[in-house]
Amino acid sequence: MVIAESKPVSEILEMIKGYKKVLVVGCKGCVTVCNAGGQKEVEILSSELRIARQVSGNEVEIKEYTCERQCDPEYIEPLDELVKDVDAVVSIACSVGPQYIVARYPYLPVYPGLNTVSIGGALEHGVWREFCQACGNCAIHLFGGLCPIARCAKQLLNGPCGGSSGGKCEVGKGQIDCVWHLIYERLKNLNQLHIMEELRLYKDWSTSRDGGPRTTIREELRK
Amino acid sequence: MTMTAGSNLEKVLRSGQKAVTCECGPPRGADVEHFRHKATFLKECADAVNVTDNQTAVVRFCSMAACRILLDMGIEPVMQMVTRDMNRIALQSNVLGAAVLGIKNLLCLTGDHSSFGDHPQSKNVHDLDSIQLLNTVRMMRDEGKMISGTEVQGRPAMFIGAAANPFADPFEFRVVRLAKKIKAGAQFIQTQCIYDMERFQKFMEMANDMGLTEKCYIMAGITPLKSVGMANYMKKFVPGLLVPDEYITRLKGVPKDKVAAEGMKIAVEQIQQCLEMKGVAGIHLMAIEWEDHAPEILKSAGVLPRPKV
Repeated sequence: MVIAESKPVSEILEMIKGYKKVLVVGCKGCVTVCNAGGQKEVEILSSELRIARQVSGNEVEIKEYTCERQCDPEYIEPLDELVKDVDAVVSIACSVGPQYIVARYPYLPVYPGLNTVSIGGALEHGVWREFCQACGNCAIHLFGGLCPIARCAKQLLNGPCGGSSGGKCEVGKGQIDCVWHLIYERLKNLNQLHIMEELRLYKDWSTSRDGGPRTTIREELRK
Repeated sequence: MTMTAGSNLEKVLRSGQKAVTCECGPPRGADVEHFRHKATFLKECADAVNVTDNQTAVVRFCSMAACRILLDMGIEPVMQMVTRDMNRIALQSNVLGAAVLGIKNLLCLTGDHSSFGDHPQSKNVHDLDSIQLLNTVRMMRDEGKMISGTEVQGRPAMFIGAAANPFADPFEFRVVRLAKKIKAGAQFIQTQCIYDMERFQKFMEMANDMGLTEKCYIMAGITPLKSVGMANYMKKFVPGLLVPDEYITRLKGVPKDKVAAEGMKIAVEQIQQCLEMKGVAGIHLMAIEWEDHAPEILKSAGVLPRPKV
């Protein structure tokens, strides 16, 4: 799923400082699962904004709504009535959400309340890690089922660099596993260490964002 | 192994004599005199001088310009090139550019991660890794082809090098990685600074057993310890660098004004020990901001004067 985290409230307050009526919109998709932009977080953020503005003597009226998803035009529609009466919107979906709101309301200012961080998953309650960079051409089977594109700081394709020490990556102050160490151990378990000896040549990055913004088309699903 | 670039370094190594390279890092500014001054000390004591490419991800004047300056001074350069900052278009362009400037030795590296440098906000590239860069240079030189398959008009005659770190993990993979680098195109290797002689010895034995020392020249990397502080820093903060307590104890055991001399003495011993190991083809001395001490260290180690080939 998409992992996101809240922007500091001070940053959001700065964004909306000129507005008197603001709609805070959450999303019931990924950001609900990673506790960053669901209904509960909409309520919390809205309260924080109201209180902060009240304290500063510049009250703001906040409306709250949480979309089924913000990455589908049909789920943005319910905002039609709500936005009639606001000066701006703060979306706490991943950064896809605010862009869908922008697309539907060309004259309405829209602000992101989250930082979209990665495609990943939970390691434990409250900890999420990146696992994929959406390079558009999955090759993890060549690496014991682990992704060095997303999980190696240098995106190496030919084994761990000189900065791999005791299973940890030199980047991240010892908090991040060296994915190449994990790949090595995994291939050893699978009795496939010979894969580590093979030269991995050039990756085609044209399927990644390097080929420009990507559009996925499934002709059989188009109307 | 037949002659490929005909550089002085290649000739010395092929002659079977132990080679010596030194390192000279460009400064963090356009102070060319500082660079020339440091290089002056290395002129007579190295077969070729490495020029680092924004080492530790800190901005310095570029490797290719520094190599040109060395050439003008009559010093043969080894141009270091990292894949961190340039994509395959720029890398291949620079390989060709280096060749037309008369640079004949190229060391292909991935480079230190940008988060350690002076611009941690930068976007790191890593389009290729060091092994892919090695393969690219070899392909441009031997097959006359770029990564795209486009024909190279005028092949770059490069003696191709790579780095190896025998002290990183997993240890058993380190020789496998070395083998991959050789397969990709590496003709000479300059290792990471060696302090743990025992582990380096093991690494060399494994390299010998795999027949790698017959396919490639391995040069042992030596960095003199200038002070107790430096030794402690290297031990604690440089990942993949093992500094045995024995050296630190020795540096601590002498009066303050003798620490530098003790550091040089350790370096001399290390050079001699490395050169005695089977398969070690030479020494790569990285006397960081201590270039003026390089001649004395190398003289004491008995590797001067350098041969004329």
